[in-house]
Amino acid sequence: MDLVQRAREGDRRALARLITVVENQEPEAVDFLQEMYPHTGKAQVIGITGPPGSGKSTLTDKLVKELSKRGQKIGIIAVDPTSPFTGGAILGDRVRMSDLNLDENVYIRSMGARGSLGGLAETTNDVIKILDACDFDYIFIETVGVGQSEVEIINAADTVLVVMVPGLGDDIQAIKAGILEIGDIFVVNKADREGANKVVLELQMMLDLKGEKSGWETPIFMSDATESKGIIEIVDGILEHFTYLKQSGELWTTRRNKLEKELLAIVSKKLYTQMLQRVKQEKKLNEYLDCIMRKETNPYSVVELLIKDLMPR
Amino acid sequence: MDKARGSKLKRRGSYMFEQEKLRKVEKAKKVWEEGQVVPTLKKYQERKENFSTVSGIPVERLYTPLEIEKLDYEKEVGLPGQYPFTRGVQPTMYRGRLWTMRQYAGFATAEESNQRYRYLLEQGQTGLSVAFDLPTQIGYDSDEPIAQGEIGKVGVAIDSLADMEVLFREIPLDKVSTSMTINAPAAILLAMYLVVGEKQGIRMDKLRGTIQNDILKEYAARGTYIFPPVPSMRLITNIFAFCSQNVPQWNTISISGYHIREAGATAVQEVAFTLADGIAYVEAALQAGMDIDSFAGRLSFFFNAHNDLLEEVAKFRAARKIWARLMKERFGAKDSRSLMLRFHTQTGGSTLTAQQPDNNIVRVAIQTLAAVLGGTQSLHTNSRDEALALPSEDSVRIALRTQQIVAYESGVCETIDPLAGSYYVESLTQEIEERVWDYIEKIDALGGAVKAIEHGYIQKEIADSAYTYQKEIEAGQRIVVGLNKFEIKERRMGGLLRVNPVVGETQVKRLRELKRTRDNIAVQNQLERFRKAACSDETNLMPYLLDAVRVYATEGEICNVLREIFGEYRPVEIL
Amino acid sequence: MVEKRIRVLVAKPGLDGHDRGAKVIARALRDAGMEVIYTGLRQTPEQIVATAIQEDVDIVGLSLLSGAHNHLFPKVVELLKEKGVEDILILGGGVIPEEDIPFLKENGVAEIFTAGTPTGKVIEYIKSKL
Repeated sequence: MDLVQRAREGDRRALARLITVVENQEPEAVDFLQEMYPHTGKAQVIGITGPPGSGKSTLTDKLVKELSKRGQKIGIIAVDPTSPFTGGAILGDRVRMSDLNLDENVYIRSMGARGSLGGLAETTNDVIKILDACDFDYIFIETVGVGQSEVEIINAADTVLVVMVPGLGDDIQAIKAGILEIGDIFVVNKADREGANKVVLELQMMLDLKGEKSGWETPIFMSDATESKGIIEIVDGILEHFTYLKQSGELWTTRRNKLEKELLAIVSKKLYTQMLQRVKQEKKLNEYLDCIMRKETNPYSVVELLIKDLMPR
Repeated sequence: MDKARGSKLKRRGSYMFEQEKLRKVEKAKKVWEEGQVVPTLKKYQERKENFSTVSGIPVERLYTPLEIEKLDYEKEVGLPGQYPFTRGVQPTMYRGRLWTMRQYAGFATAEESNQRYRYLLEQGQTGLSVAFDLPTQIGYDSDEPIAQGEIGKVGVAIDSLADMEVLFREIPLDKVSTSMTINAPAAILLAMYLVVGEKQGIRMDKLRGTIQNDILKEYAARGTYIFPPVPSMRLITNIFAFCSQNVPQWNTISISGYHIREAGATAVQEVAFTLADGIAYVEAALQAGMDIDSFAGRLSFFFNAHNDLLEEVAKFRAARKIWARLMKERFGAKDSRSLMLRFHTQTGGSTLTAQQPDNNIVRVAIQTLAAVLGGTQSLHTNSRDEALALPSEDSVRIALRTQQIVAYESGVCETIDPLAGSYYVESLTQEIEERVWDYIEKIDALGGAVKAIEHGYIQKEIADSAYTYQKEIEAGQRIVVGLNKFEIKERRMGGLLRVNPVVGETQVKRLRELKRTRDNIAVQNQLERFRKAACSDETNLMPYLLDAVRVYATEGEICNVLREIFGEYRPVEIL
Repeated sequence: MVEKRIRVLVAKPGLDGHDRGAKVIARALRDAGMEVIYTGLRQTPEQIVATAIQEDVDIVGLSLLSGAHNHLFPKVVELLKEKGVEDILILGGGVIPEEDIPFLKENGVAEIFTAGTPTGKVIEYIKSKL
């Protein structure tokens, strides 16, 4: 039996191996993805983001426990940064999800960002598809803190959950407007701390200012993930958001938009790799470089030349 | 709050040296440098480009009065038994009484450990130090699945008062002082000890000893935590309050830098993080409504002694000075006992090598000197075979003899703080003090030690140092004899202590027997009373614990009640 | 463009809280270009095995200083076998008496690195085996 079939029948080892093949971008990866593609599209993909120290992992742990209790199958993809110098990474998100290791309903996979500048790895989207095709009902993606990651997470997730905490020192105003744009659900975690209500109020004000561009009214939940407070409400909120997306038809349009981006990205990557390969093989490359060094020509003219020569007609 | 920072206080007035003479020294030093040092360096390079202590503090070629020009003797150094206690906490130090020689021991069952204690007392040891096994330290009874494989391994297995009675059989508790390395469930083990005393007919106020009871360093470095910080701090302050009333001779906490150092911290970090933890405990007790002088005198400390002899001595001196300042200036303590940093020392386990283990005897001797010259109140010396296994009886004896040789033959105990006035040691003491204050300020800014731990700040600082050290060893920048230089092919060391594998079964059998024969209705009743008490933050849990252990409720049963109410701690790992 | 990375699970089985060695080796492996999954303290053999499978690691490194290695290391190997996994290399480290090493190796632990082993040696070993 092939890997895809075994993975789809619940063989965890096959699933894990499949993800490795895709993550490593091994030659068989495309075949596997093609085979799985018809089975994708059912899962709700939930992106969790927020500043470091906001308790994302602990919150994810609790949300997933609640969903598992409701008999759902959940996949978690936890992405950590890769060292740009060595290519190595320490993937430590499982520390806060220890109880989930043995939950039959849950599969956790840690990924290094591997050279991707954003919060996700280049292959995270493909890993999501694999989990989706293996009948996971919910797929959580947890990313590397704040920064570039929000933009990427919105392309991967149906529902973006933004976690905030009181007292991290940052004035909430200073948080990029971007985070307000992408959040479908806000959670003020560690709500027992001083200043939690203030964060909620400020968020509320900023969301009001932003105005509703859709029919979804962005909820703000308070929680204390370490004590499991507010978890049921957040889970219900996540589910409601998916229902809303489906009923309003937004799911179709946003996924179609994302598909377009993804398709273009694949095309661009393929072209890029092929072109780069050709440029590297171009016999005249060394000659060009010497010419540029001698200032007989310049990089800009050479680029034009190279593209003209190499562009498939 | 007034943040005391002694070293930044304006120093004026009574410097030790006359300006005129200092300038002469300065001139002479310059002449020496130009006339002798420079030509010598041209001919022979020094061994290294940069010299530093094992903790990375730069070390100069030579120290003279110039380096301690600004040292104000009265303010910064002072006299033994007087503020700021740089020279020691007692007025006569070891001329009066030597430090307590206290070997940490415990393994297998209570019977076997009891035998080892009696052996050590016969050999001239003056205090007991109990090592508990991991299930006991983490509040699991021996019959729990997670305890399997660990029972009796790193210490003695104690499930209930019944085990504790055996552990101290024929040891009169009014004649010894007992130190117990127990943290998360310290209140329970203390309750058991008090009841053993009760059964020997000894009143609580006659009992002397120490419980480690330092949960913060468990989160930061040692890993045997159970409950989250807030309820853990409550248990600790409950103990402070109960003991100040009922067990006045008990050291209610041993705020520990030892494990922080073992986890890889530098000497500066060891002192800084330990004192920051100390601040957090003091603040918790004050918040619980206690008066500073009612408990501060029973706070004790526990430090490591590593091989860099003079850095270690400076470290101990600096620690005493900083703590005294903190207590006086930040917390307004009045009683001079509240200002004294009294400490136990253990030689550095992580400095021992598995290679050529006999070399460890020499390391321990140097570390013993460091602790004694640093003015320790009690000392555990590690055994040569501890990088390989639990120490054998022979090795423990050599370790104890090392202390005795330093005490009786080396001459260093005949006068107080003999290294004071060394230009290098005084300068290093100041340098360490400065660096510790920097850390304390940083931790204050993060909101204190508890917050700093919750952010993973302290853990990351320690892990960074550990990794730096390892890389230096592997690059050959630091030499460890027998490890990365002077290696030999050697035969493995024989005669290692092995814990009999049936210990686990024996202990489980005993526990089942106890659960069958005790008055289980009384146990249920006491656990229920205890549960109710635990639910109310205002109640001191110690009296309820005493009642529960008296009827032989097990440690695991009691901890499970608390797990339900308090929850369990989840670590933050930052690498 | 194949992007193969060596994936290693560094795990602390049992109740032992000494994680200095585990953290140092995790960083060293990262700096040698590997992806290191670190799970923190107090992992049961069952949890370690589940994690190893889910993360599809090449290596499981177990670090233990409490003396419970003879009980816990073989347990991990046994559970992996039960799950049909025989191609993950199991390594052990910590305070492990030399006389225990043959027993551990007979029970499926590929190599034991005792206290004082340079991290470079571990890295070299891993690279030679994969």
